[in-house]
Amino acid sequence: MKQFLVFVRKEWYHILRDPKTLFILFGMPIVQITIFGFALTNEVKNAKIAILDPSKDIATTTLINRIDASKYFEVKNYLVSNKELENYFEEGKIKLAIIFPQNFNQSLSHTNTTQIQIIADASDPNTATILTNYASAIIQDWQNDLNKNRKLPYSIHAEIRMLYNPELKGAFNFVPGVMAMVLMLVSTLMTSIAIVREKELGMMEVLLVSPLKPITIILAKTIPYLLLSLVNIVSILLLSVFALDLPIQGSIPLLVGLSLLFTITSLSLGILISSVTNSQQVAMLISLMGLFLPTLMLSGFMFPIENMPLPLKLLSNLVPAKWYYFIIKAVMIKGLGIQSIWKETCILLSMTILLLIISIKKYKVRLS
Amino acid sequence: MKIETEKVIIVKELTKSFGDFIATNAITFDVYKGEIFGFLGANGAGKTTAMRMLCGLSRPTSGEASVAGFDVYKYPDEIKKNIGYMSQKFSLYEDLTVKENIRFYSGIYGLNKLQLLQKTASLLEQLHLNNEKDTLVKSLPLGWKQKLAFSIALVHNPAIVFLDEPTGGVDPITRREFWEMIYQASAKGTTIFVTTHYMDEAEYCHRVSIMVDGKIEALDTPSNLKIQHNAKTMDDVFLMLARKAQRQAD
Repeated sequence: MKQFLVFVRKEWYHILRDPKTLFILFGMPIVQITIFGFALTNEVKNAKIAILDPSKDIATTTLINRIDASKYFEVKNYLVSNKELENYFEEGKIKLAIIFPQNFNQSLSHTNTTQIQIIADASDPNTATILTNYASAIIQDWQNDLNKNRKLPYSIHAEIRMLYNPELKGAFNFVPGVMAMVLMLVSTLMTSIAIVREKELGMMEVLLVSPLKPITIILAKTIPYLLLSLVNIVSILLLSVFALDLPIQGSIPLLVGLSLLFTITSLSLGILISSVTNSQQVAMLISLMGLFLPTLMLSGFMFPIENMPLPLKLLSNLVPAKWYYFIIKAVMIKGLGIQSIWKETCILLSMTILLLIISIKKYKVRLS
Repeated sequence: MKIETEKVIIVKELTKSFGDFIATNAITFDVYKGEIFGFLGANGAGKTTAMRMLCGLSRPTSGEASVAGFDVYKYPDEIKKNIGYMSQKFSLYEDLTVKENIRFYSGIYGLNKLQLLQKTASLLEQLHLNNEKDTLVKSLPLGWKQKLAFSIALVHNPAIVFLDEPTGGVDPITRREFWEMIYQASAKGTTIFVTTHYMDEAEYCHRVSIMVDGKIEALDTPSNLKIQHNAKTMDDVFLMLARKAQRQAD
């Protein structure tokens, strides 16, 4: 026990004296949360738009005011010609343009029908789709209000509810993803590097010749990272609650407990990586290419698994982060309890146990 | 220099094979208490494998060996408590201070607080490192690191200390000073088991064994070896024997 504590203390010195390690440990989660939270969001706010309105009547003015008042759009320019429109799009000054016909109100009240043209800059297709949807919704809304005062035989009004995330906030999607990535990074990458560093420096031999048991070495190397992961879990959760206004619906102990389980999964992966390589660079490469990328791409965080071709879908089942991501979303956002996620938890748990057994076995084999 | 006759390492027909490859082929030798035993051989001759077996890191395929009175098959853990080890890379953590390194090694060898304090004080005194005790090891000169590493390998008063090419990359003056430390340790009864590439260092050893292709081809005092092989220096003896090697260095 005393040997163990001496060893853990030494690990802390290594961690605290290396600025790079400190940055990855504490800077990374904050940077990722900030980037994903404020920059990489797929919500569109205050998109600049232009209006071409030759009618300038009561109807168009009301509609334009409504559009301008919404938080999605900001009317930047009132145009006079189609030629101008092209220029604005080419220079990227606007994302969307709304074009009214001549005599808009007149044709609406006399013929009961008229047209509005919405032109979007689809060089970024996602934004274009989102913006046209927003614009159509506002126009639809206005039309419904107009219809209220009229007698119409049938009117079907579809009401859409967005469950769990009514405001369609991006944070709901990426906070669980960032947690998976950060835990993977801290636990797998840092642990494998920390163990391989001993080998690279020729210290492993010295440690193995000492009375230390191999299991003590492994545990002492991993415990600091387990604690640091816990700190990261808590700080990510605090950041997401207080900085990103993302409420935690489910039980917090369950959330932390399951995150610890995933941390142990990642730690055993780290030990496994360290047992197959002797250089820090290779360990880093395996961690990043072999684990980080699959975590990013196959966990459902970046790309929906439902849309993947079958082989990739099957492959994604082998990625521990996929299960963790699912569990965390269920607990954090849907507020579900263990009874709804026990299957996924069991899968993650058995993966963890399997990985632990393999990594410790592998470690021992190398010694003899 | 009087060498006591108590044997601290006894090796009989010790063999280690990896599949078809026999790394160490039935080697037999004894090492006495307080002796400086040079363990020479070209790269790939089987030195490292033999040393790993004696340190309890690797199980022999066959043969017998006991180190510090403990059988290598049955009590590898007891052996580990009674030996010290220093590798070519000096076995120090560069990002820890002198004191922290001493403390770490004392800790893993299970020294108690009082022993730790005494040991740290006497070590810093001996090495004249009192002013540098809170300096990070990476900023020490190579020679100091080497001496510190050697002292730390002796921190738990082991019966035997294994030195794996301890003077690699160190200048001749520092090497001389280092060998003086080895003589002091030997005079206090610590057995030194040393591998080296420098043949002038082989001359400093009490006895020298030379391994070729997994076998011990020669074992005697440096002066006897030179007479037997009709050679002027240990270098010549070594070359004469090593030239017989069939195996490629790895």
